[in-house]
Amino acid sequence: MIYAKPQVLKPPRNDVLMMTPWFAPIVWEGTYNLDILNEQFRQRNVTVGLTVFAIKKYVVFLKTFLETAEMYFMVGHKVNYYIFTDRPQEVPKVELKEGRNVVVLQVQNYSRWQEISMRRMEMINHFSKKQFINEVDYLVCVDVDMRFNDLVGVEILSNLFGTLHPGFYGSERRSFTYERRPASQAYVPHDEGDFYYAAAFFGGTVKEVYKLTKKCHEAIMVDKDNGIEAIWQEESHLNKYFVYHKPTKILSPEYLWDDNIGRPEILRKRRFLAVPKNHTAIRNK
Amino acid sequence: AFNRLSYPQPFVDKPQRTDVLVMSPWLAPIMWEGTFNRDILNAQYRPLPLKSTTSPSQFTVLRYIRFIQGFIGSANKYFLSGHRVNFYLFTDHPEKVPAMELASEKHLFIIPIQNYSRWQDISMNRMDIISNYIRSRWRYEVDYLYSMDIDLQLFEHIGVEIVDTLVGTIPGTYERRPESQAAIPSGEGDFYYAASFYGGSVSEVYKLTTACFKGVTEDRANGIEAKWHEESHLNKYLLYHKPTRLLSPEYYWDEELSQPPIVKVKRLSSVRKNLQEVRY
Repeated sequence: MIYAKPQVLKPPRNDVLMMTPWFAPIVWEGTYNLDILNEQFRQRNVTVGLTVFAIKKYVVFLKTFLETAEMYFMVGHKVNYYIFTDRPQEVPKVELKEGRNVVVLQVQNYSRWQEISMRRMEMINHFSKKQFINEVDYLVCVDVDMRFNDLVGVEILSNLFGTLHPGFYGSERRSFTYERRPASQAYVPHDEGDFYYAAAFFGGTVKEVYKLTKKCHEAIMVDKDNGIEAIWQEESHLNKYFVYHKPTKILSPEYLWDDNIGRPEILRKRRFLAVPKNHTAIRNK
Repeated sequence: AFNRLSYPQPFVDKPQRTDVLVMSPWLAPIMWEGTFNRDILNAQYRPLPLKSTTSPSQFTVLRYIRFIQGFIGSANKYFLSGHRVNFYLFTDHPEKVPAMELASEKHLFIIPIQNYSRWQDISMNRMDIISNYIRSRWRYEVDYLYSMDIDLQLFEHIGVEIVDTLVGTIPGTYERRPESQAAIPSGEGDFYYAASFYGGSVSEVYKLTTACFKGVTEDRANGIEAKWHEESHLNKYLLYHKPTRLLSPEYYWDEELSQPPIVKVKRLSSVRKNLQEVRY
């Protein structure tokens, strides 16, 4: 394979942090060679599972989600789309490339959107043990009200990865919207924490995602027993987990963006974008 | 899990080093001073005591005996301080190895080997010896294994930041040896790696040393002997099996060179020797 040689004295980017203090790469455009990585992952013949939840009216997002995933997600690799839904008959038929499958998992719904959001941890955990461990090597867990806009490939794969929340990548840790009430299991003190991660995009090996979702679900249930709900639901618990179980790779905001925020210079690509939605119309329906 | 660790927040738009490459194009971290926090790393290793057992293996023949004290003494102080380390010292004169006092978590094993009349032969057979010892013994004793030259000393801490599946070092000499590139097709090659310090998990080092010695043997059968033989095959192997972590020139410095500003810390450095005296 012929490619441009890396140079010890010439970093490809000097405007961004490329690595955390515990050596987790932070994935930005320009910092990796996709050809090398594709070859490494093809040699291992990996299969990637993509989990997405389309409960109640959220089924309406599936068509765009799947069609853009076909164009941009893990191109050239084996993919299983795991669609968690209470309305299996409303899952659209989308033409899939070779080596890619849709698996529909029927689950119950809940009346409150917060509950639906938080129960994702339990459901991913349950199916990881029952099914995913036998079918895929890596799990990528994302929100459904999104569309792929550029390549999202094997550069994201690692034992445990999280994504920088687009609203907080430049913030001081005391402004992170961690849960600040000590009564909650998700509590993080003001002088701790590295980044604020988004619950809309996380993943890792099946084993690591199993451990993460188990811990988060258990913490959510303890909070429930104590009559408290974390400020940003499962995202608060995810952030607590990542303070004490540091991710082995972090995705830059290129991997989770909302065009309403704007286009800062630091952002050379917008790979995964929020789809505009009417919150009142779609939630709790 | 962690106990409470206090450290400054990392900032996404504030890279700590902009003068050097901190990550390879396949996302393997490159170790440079200022880019890592050893407290965080040590905390990650605490619940996994097994992982901290590593072993640098050195080779000394009689004329190199003088380096043992300096190497072992400095490694005792600076190499994976606080973690369990077995030093495996191969020598043709075990009786001449000086007595040395080591920290409680460090152990020294002296293994006798035959001498070779040519220093090139010693260098080339290292791979075979390491490969054999992994198969017969080390895979039961350690999790990670590192091979280091003996004529080196540590001047600063080398810690758990080096522990990863397959680790290569980019040496402080940028002068590439043409003969040692003979095995690599022109135009290819990522970095130039030094045979003086490499390592990784026991299984990965086994694969590497077995492959490299096979290459050496094949060359020999064809009557070829490239000057920097062992290093040549190491570089070819690491081109096609990319390291998961790289060590910057801080981790292998040539004492003869003047220290450029990019090298803020000299952790491992060659010690001056009279080449004529030790090799012939």
